[in-house]
Order: sequence, then structure tokens, then C-alpha cells
Amino acid sequence: MSVANVLLVDDEVPFVEAMSRRLKKRDIGIATSFSGLEALDVLKNDRNVEVVILDVKMPGMDGIETLGEIRKKFPLVEVIMLTGHATVETGIEGMKLGAFDYLMKPCDMDVLMDKLKEAVAKKRSHEEKIIEARVKEITTRRA
Amino acid sequence: MTMKQNKQKTDSYYHLLTRNMLLTIIIAAVLPMLVVSSIILYQFDSSYHEKVYAHLEELVLKHKQNIDNFLKEKLGDIRLLATTFSFEELSDEDFLRDRLESLQQIFGPVFVDLGVVNARGIQVAYAGPFKLGKALYSTADWFQETINSENFISDVFLGLRGLPHFIVAIRENHNGESWILRATIDFVAFNNLVESIRIGETGFAYILNSAGELQTKTLIKEIPPGGPCADFVESGGKIKRNIQIIERVDEFGEDELYVTACLKDGNWLLIFRQRASDAFAELYRTVRITIAFMLLGVLGIVATGYFLSRRMVNRIAQSDKEKEMITEQVVETGKLASVGELAAGIAHEINNPVAIMVEEAGWIEDLLEEEEFKDGENLGEFQRALQQIRTQGKRCKEITHKLLSFARKTDSRIQDVQLNDVIEELIALSAQRAKYSNVEIHSNLQENIPTVRVSQSELQQVLLNLINNALDAMEKISGNLRISTRMVENSIIAGDHLLLIEVADDGPGIPAANLAKIFDPFFTTKPVGKGTGLGLSICYGIIKKMGGSIEARSIIDGGTTFTVKIPLPKSKEENA
Repeated sequence: MSVANVLLVDDEVPFVEAMSRRLKKRDIGIATSFSGLEALDVLKNDRNVEVVILDVKMPGMDGIETLGEIRKKFPLVEVIMLTGHATVETGIEGMKLGAFDYLMKPCDMDVLMDKLKEAVAKKRSHEEKIIEARVKEITTRRA
Repeated sequence: MTMKQNKQKTDSYYHLLTRNMLLTIIIAAVLPMLVVSSIILYQFDSSYHEKVYAHLEELVLKHKQNIDNFLKEKLGDIRLLATTFSFEELSDEDFLRDRLESLQQIFGPVFVDLGVVNARGIQVAYAGPFKLGKALYSTADWFQETINSENFISDVFLGLRGLPHFIVAIRENHNGESWILRATIDFVAFNNLVESIRIGETGFAYILNSAGELQTKTLIKEIPPGGPCADFVESGGKIKRNIQIIERVDEFGEDELYVTACLKDGNWLLIFRQRASDAFAELYRTVRITIAFMLLGVLGIVATGYFLSRRMVNRIAQSDKEKEMITEQVVETGKLASVGELAAGIAHEINNPVAIMVEEAGWIEDLLEEEEFKDGENLGEFQRALQQIRTQGKRCKEITHKLLSFARKTDSRIQDVQLNDVIEELIALSAQRAKYSNVEIHSNLQENIPTVRVSQSELQQVLLNLINNALDAMEKISGNLRISTRMVENSIIAGDHLLLIEVADDGPGIPAANLAKIFDPFFTTKPVGKGTGLGLSICYGIIKKMGGSIEARSIIDGGTTFTVKIPLPKSKEENA
């Protein structure tokens, strides 16, 4: 299993490409999309995505909206917000909506890696707990 | 050029405004005054006229009665004589003389002489001072008149004696024959009755007979043609009139009042005349006084109006100016807001390309980890260069970040703010500007001062304003900017503490006269367009809102120090 399965969402294509290359080298499974709607599609079709790195300012469906949708439809998936447009307000709003954290572009690769690991860990531990609960329920039912 | 044109335009606008206001005030004040004065004056005029006429009428009536009574009396006196004594008795000259004497004793020298004349006109007896003896009067008018009517009063004439006199005569019957008792009345006494009628300076009276001849002595030499005299003369005295008052222009072109009354059953006309200007002297004087006061009033109104409108317009001009400044400020604020938005957009736009560059540099770094590059001679250089790219990228990020956080709309949210951090951030922000102005920034920030609960952006605004003012002051001359923070005891509330922030420059200083005004809104010493004068007043308001104070000390050519004190609530000290 890779370190993490990550979906990159940003309308800046060169940025997404550069980022993917670097993350792939660090053994991270990368999926990409260039808009909020596309991201939701990818998430629907690829159940492996564990963390989403989401740009805040995008045309069409913007970051906050997309975040809301992701948390609604794919609650286990953690979201790290990325913004070149540093406002405290959007950061806080994102946190309130359930983002895992937010970083500012250009971001330090080491910092990003740390955050990713934390996010993935959280997601995996949640998943495990859910599976445990299910199993428990089945076994107690039987008994 | 347009500034001057604008100024001229506004000047002429204000002149027009002043003039309009002045005209309105004058018209509004003068018109009613004129109307009221005119009405009152007119009323006064007509009532005064009435009064004067009434007065003169009364006067003339009184005199007419006097004169009529005088004449009647004289007639009555001799009638008494004639009825009391018989013709024979009176024909005795001695007796007659006695009678004359007793008349004169009682009535004074009014009766000059007495005469008894028979039906044929022969004077049969005479008592008096003149030698008249047996004069013949059969042809005399008076004789014929008396014989026909019972009594008669003659006109004044110069008789046989060459002196003005007039005769009263009555006719009696004796044994079927008529006889006449005649008396001469002293003209002087009679004349005095009329001549003594003097009113004012030009009022006098005289009597005319039906032929227009003067019966009394008077100042004027001739009877002016036309006028009531003429009417009277024309009608031959036949028309009896009541007392009349007429205004006419006399021989000198002046207005004259004529008051006329008929005497002696319409045979004589008593005329009283007076110059109108004399009769109405009081009225004219009143009119003159009124007009004088009215003029004074108008003058006063004009003067007041002028100063009032000038003052008003000055106020208006001042308000307009203030309004302009406020509008300017609003526009600037608007500009600032749009700049803020622009800045936000730019920051984002810049950050994206920078992020991409940094990522690609990072990618190269990653690739350099590969085996094939390990032994490359330029590996060190590659790594150094790539690190530099990363560093500069970070720097871009920080710059845009600072720009954004400054251009944001003022965020009044209260939060715990570490003063020293804010100041350091601001110093960094102002570093470039300070370098260009050759100003060195020194900071002396006490460590571990407690945080304050204030709006961070408002505090930033105040401190940045102070820093910018200091930099402006030292722009041309360079110098040092010292910022310090420390915690001190509150001198007013025992046990409490304050955070003290000092921003000191060594610029040209602020003159004492201005020092008192620097926190006033709209007060600025910067040229028009450079500063709105609102910065320090806003700072003052913000600090006051925080419960603190802001003061300035300055020495000419010795620099200025702004001291900001922010109160620390008691509980905070423990967190220091």
C-alpha cells in the first residue's frame, strides 16, 4: 500500500503536474482533477482516495463549496485546503466545514508530507473503527 | 489653471449667493416697513387734515358769530335808544349828546357819533366829534337802504370825514313818518376783531363785501383773482353758504387754505386764509421725521442684511469646503477599498505562478537525489541554486501575505494581540520605505509583555499611521525612528497596569500652536491632496475606544514622540 492515496484538485494545471511528479516520487498515489465537479466525479469512481488536497479559489464550484460536498458525500475522506489567497476567513470557514487543515501556496514539501501522513492516519483509523463496530455488531447479533 | 478657474467660479457663485440673500432680506424687510409706514402716514395725514379743517371751521364759525353778534348788538343798542326815547326827545341835540355819552360810557369809544335823520334825509340832530350839522343824506345809499328796510349796516367806507367807518341805522315810525337813528361805529374796534384773528405764522382774516371790496385792513394789497372771493363777487353775495374750506394755489404758487363764512346775512364774506404748509406744519414735520426714520431703518436693514448675508455665505462656504473634504475622504476610502480588493486579486495571481516555480524547483531537487546526479560536479551548485529559488519563493509569499493582511477591510474583531509581534510585522512592512528615506528604525520591545484584547487590525492601523507620519516627517532629512514597548503602572488606578508604546522620530517637530490641534479632524499640515488630516483623529478615536490614551510631545527641530497607552485589565498581568 502506498503512503497515501491523494486526489489533487486545482485549476492551475502546471501546478497540479509539478506537484504530482514530486508526490509520486515520494510514493504517494496521485489522482488529479482540475475543477470541483471533476473532483466529485473522481471520488465517486475511485474509492481509494484517502486525502484530497483542495485549492480554495477555483472558477465554477469554488473550494469551500467543493469541500462541503466532499464532506457530505464522502465523509471519511480528509481534505487539506491549499490557498494562494491567504485570508484568515476562508481558512477558518474551511476548518468549520470540516477541513483537516489549510496550507498556503507555495508550500514547503516537508510540511505537506507531514500533514498528509497525519490526514491519512486519521482516515485509516476512522475506517478501522467503523469496520470494528460493524464486525462487533454482526458477531453480537449472532450470539 | 483649472484650479484658478474653479476658484473664480466658486467666488462668483458665492458673490451671487450673497447678493441674492441680501436682496431677499432687504425686500422682505423694507417692503412691509414701507407699506405699514405708508398706511399709517396716510391715515395720519387724512385724520390730521380733518382735524385742521374742523379746527379752522370752528375758529371761523366762532369769529363769524363774534362779528355777527357785534353788529347785531350795535343795532340792538340804538334800537333800544330809538324805542325808549321819542323822536322829539332825540331831536334835541343836548339830549342826544347825553345819550351818546352814556353809550360811550358803557360801551367805550365804539360809538363815535349819533345822528337823527328825518324822512327827507335831513339830519335834524347830531351828537359827535365832527362838525356835521344839518347834513343832507337823502342821496346817500345808507339812507335809502334804511328807509326801505328797518335796519341797516353799511359797508365800510370813507365818508365825509375821510376816515373808514361804517354806519348802523334803524328806522322808526313817529306819527306816520319815518325817522332814522344813525350811529357811526368806530372802524378800529371793529377791525381789531378781524385783524386779531391770527393763526400760526401766515393765517389771517379779512372781510369782503359783495363787490369784492375789502372791509378790513389787511396785509395783502390786492385781492387775488379767482378763488372763493371771485365766486362770491360774481354771485353778488346772494348765495348764502355755510362755512367752506377750499385749497388753492395763491399768487406765489403756494398752496393756501381758504376758509369762508358769510356775514351780515350774506352781504359780507369773512375770509380766513393760511398757507397750507403753515396750517399743516405739524403734519409736514411728522412726515419728514417719519421719512427720516424710515430711511434710517432702510439703511439699518441694508447694513444688517449685508453683514448677515456675508456671514451666512461664509458659513455656507465653509460647510461646502468641509463637505468637499469629507467627500474626498470618502473617495479615498473607496479607492483604498478597491486597492484592497485589487491587492487581494494580485496576491492570488502572483502566488500561483510562484508556487508552480517552487514546485518545479523542488522537483528538480528531488530528481537530483537520483543516482545519476550523485557524482556530478555541479551538484552543489544545483542544490544551492534550487534552494535560492525556494527561498525567494517563500519571500514572495510573505510579501503578498503582508500586502493582503494590510489591505483587508478593517477587521474589528477583538482578539488577544501580542503587541510586539504586530510592531515587528509593521517594521518589516515599512522597512523598504524607511530605507529609501534614509531612516533607521530601532525597536526596543520589552519581552514578555502580556497580550491585550483589542482589534488587531485597528491597532495595526494606529501604529502604521504613527510610523508613516514619522517617516513623512523625516523624508527629506533622514533620521531615526524609535519604537518601544513596555509595561508600566497605571498612575490613576492603583494596582492596574498599562502597556506603553512610544513612536519617536527626530524630524523637524511640531510647533506648539499646532500640537493642540493635531488630533482634530481635517487638520493637516500636508499640502492639498497629500493628506486628509483624518489619520490622527481616527487613531485618537480607536485608542479612546480601547480605553487608552494617545499623546504627543514635540520640540522644534528636536523630533516628536507619540505615546500610546493601552490599559491592561488586572487578570492579564498574571499571564505575563
